[in-house]
Amino acid sequence: MQYLVSVIDDTAGLATPDEMATIDVFNDRLQAEGHWVFAGGLGAPSSATVIDNRGEEVMFTDGPFLESKEYLAGFWIIEAADLDVALKLAAEGSKACNRKIEVRPFL
Amino acid sequence: MSVVDVREVITQAHHEEWARVVASLTRSFGDLDIAEEAAAEAFATAVQRWPTDGVPPNPGAWLTTTANRKAIDRIRRENKRDDKQKEAQLLYDDDPPKPLDAVDDERLRLIFTCCHPALAMETHVALTLRMVAGLTVPEIARAFLVQETTMGQRITRAKAKIKAARIPYRVPSAEDLPARVSGVLAVLFLVFNEGYLATGPDTDPVRHDLTAEAIRLTRLIRDLMPEDGEVAGLLALMLLIEARRTARVSASGELVTLDEQDRGTWDAALIAEGHRLVRERLAARVAPGRYQILAAINAVHTCARDVRDTDWSQVVALYDQLVRLDPSPIIALNRAIAVAELDGPEVALAAVDRLEHKLAGYHPYHATRADLLRRLGRSQKSRAAYDKAIELAGNTAEVAYLTRRRDQLG
Repeated sequence: MQYLVSVIDDTAGLATPDEMATIDVFNDRLQAEGHWVFAGGLGAPSSATVIDNRGEEVMFTDGPFLESKEYLAGFWIIEAADLDVALKLAAEGSKACNRKIEVRPFL
Repeated sequence: MSVVDVREVITQAHHEEWARVVASLTRSFGDLDIAEEAAAEAFATAVQRWPTDGVPPNPGAWLTTTANRKAIDRIRRENKRDDKQKEAQLLYDDDPPKPLDAVDDERLRLIFTCCHPALAMETHVALTLRMVAGLTVPEIARAFLVQETTMGQRITRAKAKIKAARIPYRVPSAEDLPARVSGVLAVLFLVFNEGYLATGPDTDPVRHDLTAEAIRLTRLIRDLMPEDGEVAGLLALMLLIEARRTARVSASGELVTLDEQDRGTWDAALIAEGHRLVRERLAARVAPGRYQILAAINAVHTCARDVRDTDWSQVVALYDQLVRLDPSPIIALNRAIAVAELDGPEVALAAVDRLEHKLAGYHPYHATRADLLRRLGRSQKSRAAYDKAIELAGNTAEVAYLTRRRDQLG
């Protein structure tokens, strides 16, 4: 079972060197224990472009699809047996990156 | 056996077997939804068949077998419709099947799943009442004054989340157990309190169905976890409050406060059982949690044959202990009520007034102030406090009591 673990941020700042170091430790653990699938940090929402090619012509729009105070700053994709395992890992992830986190199952 | 007797047997079987049937089907089929529906169908079949065919020698086994068959029928129907459904192995359990021991009872798994921390508190209550207590959706909706469709959606959404996010169907590991048990106890206490002081202009002031259900489920947890002090404490607390139920509301539908209750109408058997549990916890010599302390406070009250015999210093000492565990303003308010009996209303009022900024929207705060001001002869201020309490109170019997008290002010 895979879960998307999203990092929710509401500050402009990137992770501090200390936060990066604890995230690295956490990532190593995910890999060592077989939970790691993928992870990455994202550029600021202002660097996003929204594409809509449902019509005749492709449309590009500058900026994120949703303007909000909180935004997705990065994510993990983890492998976990069930939600209890995922929640426990996410709780540690939240501590490691010092941000709020959302867990959602893949279908 | 007469039709009436058969109906009684079915009601009894519903109380005793519902959770067991739902739990065992959830375990076999890995799907709460299928388990719930098949259990409901099995009971409906019993209602149809038992009056003519007679009650089977082992009703529980009959119900489980019938429900199993119904579940298999449904899965077959759905597999024909959609093969993908077959893959949806939903409620997940990677433990190998074990013989049933105390903590591994299937029903306990069911309760922990219903009260999973990834679900909202109101969902815990609704799911527990549906899956474990076997109340129908309309019954639960009525109890919590929400639309039936709203309650139905809440339960459906919860079942869908359990399935999609793979909330596990198991008793939590030893390290997580204390926190998870306290979550379950909070749900049961909430159900009990809603029954004990029901809100809403059209509900009975005391909902015996809810208090009885909460006690029944707490007894079940107690059977499953007999060593847990807080489980025993909560059961004792509920029993000692339930024992006073009939004395709490007068014939005219008015709340009767503890000092004015006819103590002869208290249920002696429930009190004896509650006291036994409190003594058992005292003998355990383990630092008590909040439910055990609350039970001990209620034990002091129910020991006094007359309100004048109440050992108020003991009550205040227990509240002091509780404040250390839980420094909430509500506990402080209840402590002040006991202080009024020990040190007089003046001292108590000073303590109550200090809570104003935290409890201004809480009707017992105003009701307590009104009573203390009345006892101090400050009628005008007392009247204003009664007005505020009446405005905020939701329980019909309590409103009636507060109104009479206000109107009696000189």
